[in-house]
Amino acid sequence: MNRSVNRPLEPQQRAIVIGASSGLGAALVRLLASHRYRVAAVARREAELAALRDELGREAVLPYVHDVTEYEQAPLLFDQITRDLGGLDLIIYAAAVQPPVSLHEYDFAKDEAMLRTNLMGAVAWLNLAATRFERARGGHIVGISSIAGDRGRVGSPVYNTSKAGLDTYLEALRNRLSRYGVSVTTIKPGFIDTELLKNASKTFWVITPEEAAALTYEAIRRRKQVVYVPSRWRLVSLAVRSIPSTVFRRLSF
Amino acid sequence: MTNVKSVSTSHKSRPTSLYEGANLSAAHLEEVPSWGGASSGISYVYRPSTIESLYELLMLARRSGRTVGLRGGGNSYGDAAMNSENIVVDICRMNRILEWDPRTGVIRVEPGVTLAQLWQYVLEDGWWPPIATGTSFTTMGGSAAMNVHGKNAFKMGPIGDHILEFDLMLASGETITCNREENRDVFFAAIGGFGMLGIFTSLTIQMKHIYSGLLDVESEARGDLAGMFAYFDEYAADSDYIVGWIDSLAGGRHTGRGDVHRANYLAEGVDPNPAQTLRLENQHLGPNLFGVVPRSIMWLFMRPMMRNWGLRFVNQGKYLAGSFTGVKRYRQPHVQFHFLLDYIPDWKKAYEPGGLIQYQPFIPKENAYDAFSEILTLCQRRGLPNYLTVLKRHRPDDFLMTYAVDGFSMAMDFRVTNENRQRIVWMTRELDEIVLHAGGRFYFAKDSVLRPEVAEAYLGADTIARFRTLKHRCDPDGLLETDLWRRVFGD
Repeated sequence: MNRSVNRPLEPQQRAIVIGASSGLGAALVRLLASHRYRVAAVARREAELAALRDELGREAVLPYVHDVTEYEQAPLLFDQITRDLGGLDLIIYAAAVQPPVSLHEYDFAKDEAMLRTNLMGAVAWLNLAATRFERARGGHIVGISSIAGDRGRVGSPVYNTSKAGLDTYLEALRNRLSRYGVSVTTIKPGFIDTELLKNASKTFWVITPEEAAALTYEAIRRRKQVVYVPSRWRLVSLAVRSIPSTVFRRLSF
Repeated sequence: MTNVKSVSTSHKSRPTSLYEGANLSAAHLEEVPSWGGASSGISYVYRPSTIESLYELLMLARRSGRTVGLRGGGNSYGDAAMNSENIVVDICRMNRILEWDPRTGVIRVEPGVTLAQLWQYVLEDGWWPPIATGTSFTTMGGSAAMNVHGKNAFKMGPIGDHILEFDLMLASGETITCNREENRDVFFAAIGGFGMLGIFTSLTIQMKHIYSGLLDVESEARGDLAGMFAYFDEYAADSDYIVGWIDSLAGGRHTGRGDVHRANYLAEGVDPNPAQTLRLENQHLGPNLFGVVPRSIMWLFMRPMMRNWGLRFVNQGKYLAGSFTGVKRYRQPHVQFHFLLDYIPDWKKAYEPGGLIQYQPFIPKENAYDAFSEILTLCQRRGLPNYLTVLKRHRPDDFLMTYAVDGFSMAMDFRVTNENRQRIVWMTRELDEIVLHAGGRFYFAKDSVLRPEVAEAYLGADTIARFRTLKHRCDPDGLLETDLWRRVFGD
């Protein structure tokens, strides 16, 4: 069993990354480990997690195989992880799915999968972290959302919904928890070169997961509230959000 | 083990348990800080009020697969009363005085009874606790587990020397009685055993008879460490209490200079009106600073001075004031002399936000002068002088995990900041070498930095093996743990 020893004068930062097996999640695990964090990496895919642990070392990365849609497992696993880590300072929810959806498709199974992974899983995990951080009077919650949450578009109604829901949930958590010294950061990336992007049609300003992770880490370090990654997406978002609905519905993206 | 009292069976007949289920409730999560505030952890904190609920908590720990750490007043400077990510049982609500005999001065108390509660209870009958720590917020359970001492350690030893008997709940829930005959091995290991063998459920302690609520106090400044040591040699025989304050920022030929205070009980008949001086209302902590600054906000004024130049200035002033006035003699209520740390409430806030740690080595008298000179000089050379330094004289005792020596201890408070954290750790490793070389020992109540190899070096592998054997007997499943235990004795 992993049981960390607290050395009072040599405190170690401890983090949970959910959705750690690939993309931004995996890049964040690497980056946190390089900043001397002890990271619990949670994801569905065992082989990828094992590779991450072998790459970064058993001391730095503790892998946990878990499907975030199995909500009822979250409380016990969260307890076990906090004990194995010997505490918790930071939790990052980075799990997301985005199956390809055509313009005339209304497939409930796909839609449900997105809501379950992108939104419900986040609520299951971050509620646990919120409870703990509120009592501990400190801690940092980070949700990886998306610019996709800023408007409902013709291309991906439920993906947009899941991210918009996540944004609102994180905002509410921030409003609830800031009085207890808990920070909540919403990360809104544009296009990152990951598996999620392989179904996207038109992309631009694509950055690597490593670049996105570096910007995310900086936002965490500075305890920012809502951060676009990279920051120029904030202007795009501002423009997109200001387009009247009557015009927006005629646009093709 | 003999004399096994069955744990009260009433819990079996209770319709419901106080703590249901296999899982710990997040509602009990709390931040549990070290007293010095340099570290903290999150724990499931429970505050049982009865022996039955204590037993149920042990069962809850078993069901949930967590360990139990015990916490009294939470005055240990480091992680002795912390059990991060596990259960912390805070015994403060078990604070009843069970028996008191004003003719013999023998008192039986629950573990959560504080020193303040104790002295206030016995004073009017003409008694005083045999050992008084620098703060009165300590509990008797915690004091016994840490085997604390006071400014009379050279004469009266640690509190363990005045504990006649205790009841100890083992991890199984059974309670055993321990004294110098019955369960003798557990008696000498549980006192000073930092809560690893069992939970004190009652303690019987011998109080000290006094004939006045006042002490005869004498203070004097000494120009260097040799002078400080000489004072102890000169006065130990005919003093009841001696404590030295060292100006740790003074270097060169002034190294180790400071003030010494000694105090004596008033003999019978000396106090013309003991009934008055023994009254609670005549035991007060002292006047406001300069007569105007309320004590509750004094820490605010200390705060800006908590840096090297600030303390140099303050210490210089304090030392010079002491040396100009020469030998001062006065009478002082017990409380004022003993509970200096309570005089300025919240004084540790002056060390925020990083908190403080204390490093207190105990060194045999023949090596103490050299070792302490070396330690003071090293701290100055590293640019990490400590901000409060207290010198005391000790005598050895019979407890298994003892810290005591026939010699001196020097308690040093270091301010911790993010910038100096790592440097303090490195320096304490250098200090460890000096202490071990001088045959010194360490004290769990104060410790934050002890490493397994250092503990083994001063305690000896045999002693640790004996302690582990006893722990295995009293707590076979390793239910009782703290952060300190895992840090120093963990696998």
